[in-house]
Amino acid sequence: MSAPAIVADGMRKTFKSVVAVDHISLEVPKGTVLGLLGVNGAGKTTMVRMLTTVLRPDAGRGTVNGFDVQRRPQDVRRSIGLAGQFAAVDENLTGRENLVLVARLNHLAKTVAAQRAAELLEQFGLTDAADRPVRTYSGGMRRRLDLGAALVTHPPVLFLDEPTTGLDPASRLDLWAVIEGLVHDGTTVLLTTQYLEEADRLADNIVVIDKGRVVAEGTAKQLKARLGDTVIEFEFASPAAAAQAAEVLSTTVEAGTLVRVVMREGSATLRNALNQLDAAGITPAHVALREATLDDVFLTLTNRTPEGE
Amino acid sequence: MKGFSHFVSDTLVMARRNLTMLVRVPQLLVFSLVQPMLFVFMFRYVFGGAISTGQAGLSYVDYLMPGIFLQTASFGAISTAVGLAEDKNKGLLERLKSLPMSRSAVLGGRVLADTTRDGVVVVVMLLIGFAVGFNTHTSFARVVAGIILMTIFGSALCWVFALIGLSVANGETAQAAAFPILAPLTFASNAFVPPSTMPDWLAWWAERQPLSTTVRGVRALMLGTESSDYVWGSLLWSLAIMVVFAPLAIRRFRNS
Repeated sequence: MSAPAIVADGMRKTFKSVVAVDHISLEVPKGTVLGLLGVNGAGKTTMVRMLTTVLRPDAGRGTVNGFDVQRRPQDVRRSIGLAGQFAAVDENLTGRENLVLVARLNHLAKTVAAQRAAELLEQFGLTDAADRPVRTYSGGMRRRLDLGAALVTHPPVLFLDEPTTGLDPASRLDLWAVIEGLVHDGTTVLLTTQYLEEADRLADNIVVIDKGRVVAEGTAKQLKARLGDTVIEFEFASPAAAAQAAEVLSTTVEAGTLVRVVMREGSATLRNALNQLDAAGITPAHVALREATLDDVFLTLTNRTPEGE
Repeated sequence: MKGFSHFVSDTLVMARRNLTMLVRVPQLLVFSLVQPMLFVFMFRYVFGGAISTGQAGLSYVDYLMPGIFLQTASFGAISTAVGLAEDKNKGLLERLKSLPMSRSAVLGGRVLADTTRDGVVVVVMLLIGFAVGFNTHTSFARVVAGIILMTIFGSALCWVFALIGLSVANGETAQAAAFPILAPLTFASNAFVPPSTMPDWLAWWAERQPLSTTVRGVRALMLGTESSDYVWGSLLWSLAIMVVFAPLAIRRFRNS
């Protein structure tokens, strides 16, 4: 077994009095994808910023590609690519100029930089738009360019901070295919996401974080087994009926008249719930089944972690 | 040595990127000329007739223009703050920090680009000055030296504004934060009127502060009405400002 591509050991970061990351440890074996799952403000981006040397950790250690992020930051930077949720490309430059800029700042020679830019534009289907300013690009095109910029030096380790947030479904599928291709070629990826579906599709392992702490980790399969991957939503005619139903089903009311039940025992959960409501004389106005979302994951996880408030 | 050669090459790459923006969005350059042109119009033609230079044989337009040039060079430094704040806001600084480039070059490239632009804008203002009756009374070489002196001063101010740009949330805030700093420098000075007409406490400041010293240096070089000592005084001020603010800005960038 070779050493993991990314290791975090008790990393911690505080902004003024807010603890953004509270002793997070994780490992990403070479050639695998780790999905860092959490809501906004969970500490995902702070974790990525520390591991990419953008931000100094207050405590703990991190190594990327064998290099300590604090002692050998330049070696870490030479080993990584970073693509962010804010699509850090220059609006006033063309797509090609953006890639050449990143290549030049990676100290590639001019001709090599130009050649590499052309390759990436081709690979990401941006050749036709190559010489247009980025401000004329669609959201999906920007993300592809941003990802291209992260790949200029063929880095062995790639950090993707919410790569598909805000993208339309078609662009999301496109980007997923690209990421899968990179992983197939041996790249190690740490990916943050708010979408269970995305982690499910791309990640070999998932670490769920909340308020700067790890609340669960495992493969998608393991996590789903813990959480149940379908949720029943009962909508009631009045808040009073919803409150009564929540009590019967031993759960809580959300958004006024909505009550959710995680389907842990398949259809039996649905049958039992309906029977219980029927026995209590409450009739839901609307019933829907949908796939578990991160919200449900958190609801369940915070119920299970007493120290999580 | 590799570190230094990377600093130089990365600075040039970043400066080129920043200057490309000026070519892509030429309005930026045009707008940076509008304000000083309005000032030329106001002071040359509206207020000028009522202002005495207090020096025999020195016309007001000759007195005024070096002040206008300096005002132009100083306000030009705002773009350093605005540019950096925007890059930060858009996440571009984040990406740059994850690259194996020289970190000082991010700021170095910005200041180099803004200084270059400042130099061009000052030359344009000089030509406008000639069009409204400004005359230099010295040699061509001394006029060029005057332009260089102002560009160095503008460059020093760029480091002050780099620190501001990195400390605020976005471009608009950077713009707003700049004015209270520039107003006492440009208006409480000898740029537009002789400080002898001001109250004592204000005249004391207006005679000595860095921008006034530079205006005197430029008048010394272009008009020969002041002692050349002010040229050295201005260079010392510029050096002092850079020595203090460049490390602060770089530290701010590393830690932000």
